[in-house]
Amino acid sequence: MDLIAFIFYIFAAITVASGVMVIAARNPVHSVFFLILAFFNSAGLFVLLGAEFVAMILVIVYVGAVAVLFLFVVMMLDINFTELRQGFLQYLPVGALIGLVLFTELVLVVGSWTILPGASTAITAPASAAGTVAISNTHALGQLIYTHYAYPFQVAGLILLVAMIGAIVLTLRQRTGVRRQSIAAQIARTRATAIEVRQVKPGQGI
Amino acid sequence: MPSVLLDQIAPAAPEVLLAVGSLVLLMIGAFRGNGATRLVAWLAVALLSLALYVVVDMPGETRVTFSGMFVTDRFGIFMKVLVLIGAIFAIPLSLDFARREGMERFELPVVMTLATVGMLMMISANDLISLYVGLELQSLSLYVLASFKRDSERATEAGLKYFVLGALSSGMLLYGASLIYGFTGSTAFPAIGAMLAQGTGGASIGLVIGIVFLVAGLAFKVSAVPFHMWTPDVYEGAPTPVTAFFAVAPKVAAMALFVRALVTPFGAIAGEWQQIIIFVAIASMVLGSVAAILQTNIKRLMAYSSIGHVGFALVGLAAANVQGVQGILIYMATYVAVNIGTFAVILSMRGPDGMMERIEDLAGLSRTRPLVAFVLAIFMFSLAGIPPMAGFFAKFYVFAAAIDAHLYALSVIGVLASVVGAYYYLRIVKIMYFDEPVVAFEPAPKGFAAVLAVSGVLTLGFVFVASPLVALAATAAKSLIPG
Repeated sequence: MDLIAFIFYIFAAITVASGVMVIAARNPVHSVFFLILAFFNSAGLFVLLGAEFVAMILVIVYVGAVAVLFLFVVMMLDINFTELRQGFLQYLPVGALIGLVLFTELVLVVGSWTILPGASTAITAPASAAGTVAISNTHALGQLIYTHYAYPFQVAGLILLVAMIGAIVLTLRQRTGVRRQSIAAQIARTRATAIEVRQVKPGQGI
Repeated sequence: MPSVLLDQIAPAAPEVLLAVGSLVLLMIGAFRGNGATRLVAWLAVALLSLALYVVVDMPGETRVTFSGMFVTDRFGIFMKVLVLIGAIFAIPLSLDFARREGMERFELPVVMTLATVGMLMMISANDLISLYVGLELQSLSLYVLASFKRDSERATEAGLKYFVLGALSSGMLLYGASLIYGFTGSTAFPAIGAMLAQGTGGASIGLVIGIVFLVAGLAFKVSAVPFHMWTPDVYEGAPTPVTAFFAVAPKVAAMALFVRALVTPFGAIAGEWQQIIIFVAIASMVLGSVAAILQTNIKRLMAYSSIGHVGFALVGLAAANVQGVQGILIYMATYVAVNIGTFAVILSMRGPDGMMERIEDLAGLSRTRPLVAFVLAIFMFSLAGIPPMAGFFAKFYVFAAAIDAHLYALSVIGVLASVVGAYYYLRIVKIMYFDEPVVAFEPAPKGFAAVLAVSGVLTLGFVFVASPLVALAATAAKSLIPG
């Protein structure tokens, strides 16, 4: 067994094991930590595939943002997860049935899979086309995303805009009676409006 | 090279116009506040009308741009006109409701415009990736719209339900798309079609599973049985003008996407997906007709009605020929005309205690508001498919195509379902004309009469506009299925 395969099996085994622990752990905080572990190991698998950009994005976006958000939610909301889990087992037969159907389908799919001749070399080849200067994955993705995929890229931006508008529309409430910072009023303060000089006689207060 | 760039963008001119315009509207709203809601709404209507003009003015030949991801053809132009008309009517209908129900915020017309952009992109999608991004833009806007009245528990529930189930269906769609990509080696519709046309052994099992998942995701978006469960709850819970918008524009766009995503790439292996569509069509027609009988809420009734009508339109797709696509185009055109009118009536059902949504509230409408009752009766006759209303001709063309394709069982079941469905449409007419009035509605806001008049005249006098519409639909269908 060569080294690459050995590393692959380590990453894959830890990913699967931590995936199981995500749903098996009693403490929801532990579940999130196992999720992060699964993300890290999947990133390792991507590095093995030569997709270093996807690996870094996985770490930055999923570990850095999504998982931390999960952690915040789990820690800040006082949800009794053991109570939520009750009745979990009664859905097991249905869930197992759906899982079985999907698994059978996947087996059928994999069974009918034929690999194009030459595809295996194309996957392991570097991203740059033959005969040109070697460029990194990130470089190649950048060249594609702003040319060939400019349209879906722009629409993805619009989708994010809609998500932002939606979040504001559905959650922002204008509260009355809140004392807001008024920068104009702060700047307009002068010595005359801010300071008052009083004569304080000895032995008396103001 | 500015001219080259313009040539590239020209086929997508209405989408670019609407996308940039909605950003401008957003800025106007952000700086002027909610007081500018009416201004933003009417500017949105003007913007959509301008886009409608641009769409109508487009040259008819098939043009592809953005590296083959975006296509405009006569089929797309026909469907885009329908979507834009639906949006243009839905925004003014929402204004009065929004003011009275305390949801007058400038984001409503802006999000509706952005949803319309998504719909136009769905209609023009020529690639699995552009299909998905267009669909998500539309869906995400619709989730927001469904729960726009955020202080209402029902609206929030509707939005959340729609969001969770919609996310699930998007997941199924993506799963199917990835399988299709894996087994054909391309995401572009024409490339997949060419690859399948030259193949000899038909489709591999993996590709079929991919198509099934794709169809499941798309069936959810058009609310066809068995993926219809969200429809009655969302239609009932969402604010009524939003329901009116839901019932018209997204249905047309999703149906156009459904047709293009099956016919262009998988036309060569139609036998593989025809049986799924036949099942979905039969199930939708039967459930839409039977389940609606027990409804007491008119918005729920319209939800089941729309499920049934999607079933009828899918009969045309099951035929998988030019006549079938032509039938779908005619069906969607009449569907838009009738539904805009029906929802204008539902929106004018305002009693002393706010909006009335029960069917019994229509009792005696023929005495209190004879004209409105008459127009609603026309719509109900049309939805039931009684000649000489528009709905009859729509059903006629769809079933003629199915018989042409030798789908006799499907046609017989469809006609029977439409007879069953006629019961509940006629029940509304009976309630309006023969029951004693209980409450009198407040006078409808200005402009509703005009909407009703246009919609009613189109429905009643469909015979007179039929021949140009049928000819337009025929050329549009031929642009999708050449030869």
